[in-house]
Parts: sequence; C-alpha cells; structure tokens
Amino acid sequence: MKSVMKRAMDRVTNSETNKYTVIGFRVERAGPLAQLEDAGRFGVRRLGVTQGGPADLHGWAWANHLAGNPWGTAALEITFGGLTLVAERDLTLAVAGADLAATLDGQALPLWQRVQCREGQRLAFAMPANGLRAYLAVAGGFAAEPVLGSVACVVREGLGGFDGRGSKLAEGDRLAVGEPSSAGASLNAAPDEARIDYRAPARLPLLPGAQVGDFTGQSLFRAFNATWHVDDRADRMGVRLTGPRLQCRIGSLVSEGIGLGAVQVPPDGQPIALLNDRQTIGGYPRLGALTPLAASRLAQCLPGQEVRLAAVSSEGALAAYRRFCETFSG
Amino acid sequence: MSGEGARLPRLESAGLDGWMVRLFERIEETNLAWITPLTRRCEAAFGDALVDLVPSYTTLLVVFDPLRLSPEEARRRLLALLGDLAPDEPTEGGEVRELPTWYDESVGPDLARVAEHTGLSVEAVIDCHAGTLYRVFALGFAPGFAFMGLLDERLEVPRLATPRQRVPVNSVAIAGRQTAAYPTVTPGGWNLLGRTSARLFDRDREGFSLLAVGDRVRFVPVDRTAFEAQGGDTTPMEAGR
Repeated sequence: MKSVMKRAMDRVTNSETNKYTVIGFRVERAGPLAQLEDAGRFGVRRLGVTQGGPADLHGWAWANHLAGNPWGTAALEITFGGLTLVAERDLTLAVAGADLAATLDGQALPLWQRVQCREGQRLAFAMPANGLRAYLAVAGGFAAEPVLGSVACVVREGLGGFDGRGSKLAEGDRLAVGEPSSAGASLNAAPDEARIDYRAPARLPLLPGAQVGDFTGQSLFRAFNATWHVDDRADRMGVRLTGPRLQCRIGSLVSEGIGLGAVQVPPDGQPIALLNDRQTIGGYPRLGALTPLAASRLAQCLPGQEVRLAAVSSEGALAAYRRFCETFSG
Repeated sequence: MSGEGARLPRLESAGLDGWMVRLFERIEETNLAWITPLTRRCEAAFGDALVDLVPSYTTLLVVFDPLRLSPEEARRRLLALLGDLAPDEPTEGGEVRELPTWYDESVGPDLARVAEHTGLSVEAVIDCHAGTLYRVFALGFAPGFAFMGLLDERLEVPRLATPRQRVPVNSVAIAGRQTAAYPTVTPGGWNLLGRTSARLFDRDREGFSLLAVGDRVRFVPVDRTAFEAQGGDTTPMEAGR
C-alpha cells in the first residue's frame, strides 16, 4: 500500500490531468458545519500548517469505499446535521459514520451502503441520532483545487475546501464532483462489525508517551481507571475530557511537535485529546497518544458522553490499524 | 536532569506513527545547526515512508507511515542517522525583521500580570521585551506562527493555567523564554503584551509566512496613533476574556 504522502501526491496529479468536473449538488441549507476532507495535508507542518483530513477516518474511509472511490478521495464531513443538498444530476453515493437522521426526499436514507440518487432529489441531514459526524461520498469524489497539496478544509487556517480558502459550506454553494472510476465499487454495504454504535461508552486505546512517568502515581491510576466525560469544548482541533484532576510534576515543556491523538494535560489537570486540525506544536506534557482509530472514535462522541483511556502496546495497535487499512487497499 | 533517561539525543514514542527525537534539553541558538541537518537526512532516509517532519527548538518530530515502516524499523533508521550526525556550519545573519507593536492593556491584557509576576513595572516589561533581538527557531502551532527566543530571563513567566479559546490576530505574547505573535485567531495559553500591525501570514505570498526560521526579529514599540496608521486593529480584548 502506498504511503499517505504518496497517495496525496497522486491525488494532486490526478486533479491536474483530469479536469472532468460537473456540478453534483446545490446547497439549499448549510447547517452549522459541513466541509470537504481528503486524507489531509502532509509535508507542510514545518510551516505551521496543520494536517486536516477527516476527524473520523473510519466513517470517511467506508463512505468512499462504498461509493467506489480510491483511498484519499475527497468526501463531505457533516458535523451535527442541518444540511440540505439538492442533486443537480443522477449520482451514486454512500453515507457512513454518524447517523444524522438523513433522508432522501423525506424517506430515511440507509447508511453504510451504496445508494442511487436522482437529479432533483433532496438529501437532508437533520440532527445527531448516533454519533456526531457523517461522511457523504459520491462516486468520482467531490472536486476542488488543492491548496498545498490537499483540498482538506481547515476553517481556522483559511485553507482548502471548495473555494480553497477554508470556507465551510454555505447556502447556495454548488458542489463539483469528478468522474466516477470505471472499476466501480465492489461492496454494496459495510459489514455489521464496521457499523459502530457511537452511543456506547468508548474505550480509547492510548500509547503511553515520554512524560507518562512525570505524572503522579495516583494521577496515572486515575487516568486509566476513571470514567472521563467529553466536554462541550470540543471541535476538530481537540476534545477536552473532564474528570479527576491529573497532576504532572512538569508544568510545561519547550514547545515541540504534536502528533494526531496526543493527549496533553495543561496545569488545570483536565486532558485534551488533539485531533486533525490541532496546532502543530505545543508545550504541555502528554500522557501519550491515542491510536488513529481511537482519535476517530472520540471525534464521534457528543458532549457528556463517557469514555475510558486504555494503555496499549504499539504492536497490538499497529496490527489493528493495518487490518483496518487493508480493507480499503483493493 | 540526571540518570540514564537524561542522555541525549534520545528517541521518545510519539504514537503509532511518530518518534520524537529529543536532541537538547534547553533552548540555545546553536541547536538549529544540529536540527536542520537531521531534518534533511530524515527526508533521504525515510523517502516515501515519510509523512511529515516538525522541527522545533530542541526536538524533531518524525511522522512516518506505519503501513510501510514499523515503529521499530523507523527507530532503527533514526538511531543510525543520529550515530554520525554532524552540525551545519554556523551561518551569520538572516534578515532582521521589525514588528511594530502597540503595547497596551486593552490589547495586551497580561501586561499587569507579567509585571506583578516579575516584580518589574509595566514600562520595564515593555522595554525589556522590545530591547532584545530575537531569533526565529521554528514555525509551528499555526500557519506562520514563529517561535522566537531567547526572551530575557527577567520576563520568564509560565503559560496560563487554562488556555484562552480565542486569541486575537497579531497578539504579541510571551511564555517561558519564548516570544511570538499570533498570525491567525487561535486558542492560546501565552501571556499577551500587545499587538503588532505587521502582516504575519498571507496565503497568497510565497511561503505564506512573513517570518522564516533563522530570521532575527525586533519588536518596535509604537503608540496608538502610529499603530492605527499602519492598519493595526485596536479592538480591545473582551472583558473577562
């Protein structure tokens, strides 16, 4: 399987050589946050430019896979709901990730499977019924001009998205789509085990980091045994967890790079798990890093939901991540 | 620091797809001469398996594709690179950039807190901050956000216990022995002293960022009138922040 970076480069090449795009949808109602996400923006973090990409890799990858798209294709990430799209042509699509009570012309839209949508039909996402972020993929992918190698939309940085300036969807936007690949999708629907019940308490695998020994013994015990609650201060940058106050013997570090899923603990003792749009560098001590799939799982949690942190070894976590990626490498 | 764990350089786990190469404990201008060649050598040694590199004051975060390279193999390659790493020749200069800055409580709400913490007057805090020529050590945190040092040790204050959710564009700030100006609105835990009128980040400018690693930077105090004339934003921080 090709590297993430190589895949991102291939995508850019494709968009330059293949200018086939047509309008797929018109935005009738925008909702709080809907944005374009490919795999993310790589190789530019030294400029201070963040990674971006889907907050829930699992839902995003399944939506693309079911729509017949290769890994890295741009899909729409719809947070919370409130979005209504009108199809401007016949389209093949798939919605995976959160259940936002989506409907197609008023009829419940089946999730985690390929669906045919006809010109003029209304695709509406209401509000969270299970999870927080839904992914809409269309056969051929959504199309936009890449900025620094990616169309990933980062609102805070003003980069990517349909306009290249990091804008979330707005009423009246017309969304371009690319040409469907001739191969098409091999699977019509995701297996049951891929359909996550996001309402269930989440167990989040975490790889302990270098500062783990700087936390007090009692804090470490609490970190991995307490029930944490997802705070309402949660977005694509990071998710705060509230619970017992963790104490670290070091208050801050010289600022250094931060990976996806890093769990930092500011002096107030309440951890923050950092997601795709996180700052590239920071100086709070860290418990460690959530695995990529754990960060994805956390991104589907609503405020108030319960999560637990579970220290794991890199061997087990790597095997699980490789199994996940192999599903989409065909 | 003491004991086995303190030996440098060392590799620290940074998740499934990353190693933190810790080269130094402290911020020194000479660190760059080692971190820069290591960054170059990682590009060659990891090739297609390299996802990203994040150099900073004392560290280099190496992010790789765990589908192509196990963490153990990535670690082996990094140890080999570190084994015969040689520093770059020291370079003189880099451009001196001047950042016109309005130091005022309305846009620098931590001035009084810093003064109290350091035992200096507000005027002395400003003189001290503006009286130092800084070096850009890294870009990070946000596009065009330049980490600069070294701040005079008399101004050393910790970060805020709880970061602000919204720091205004162009805020000039300090934390520890570091100083910076915020190119975009972001959350932030640094102490705000004032605001600059410089255009720090421009997506249509090559390289995006006004400041580059290695540049020297001076903050130049200006009054409100000059700040406004330069296009500076005088909107005060919200009460209670």
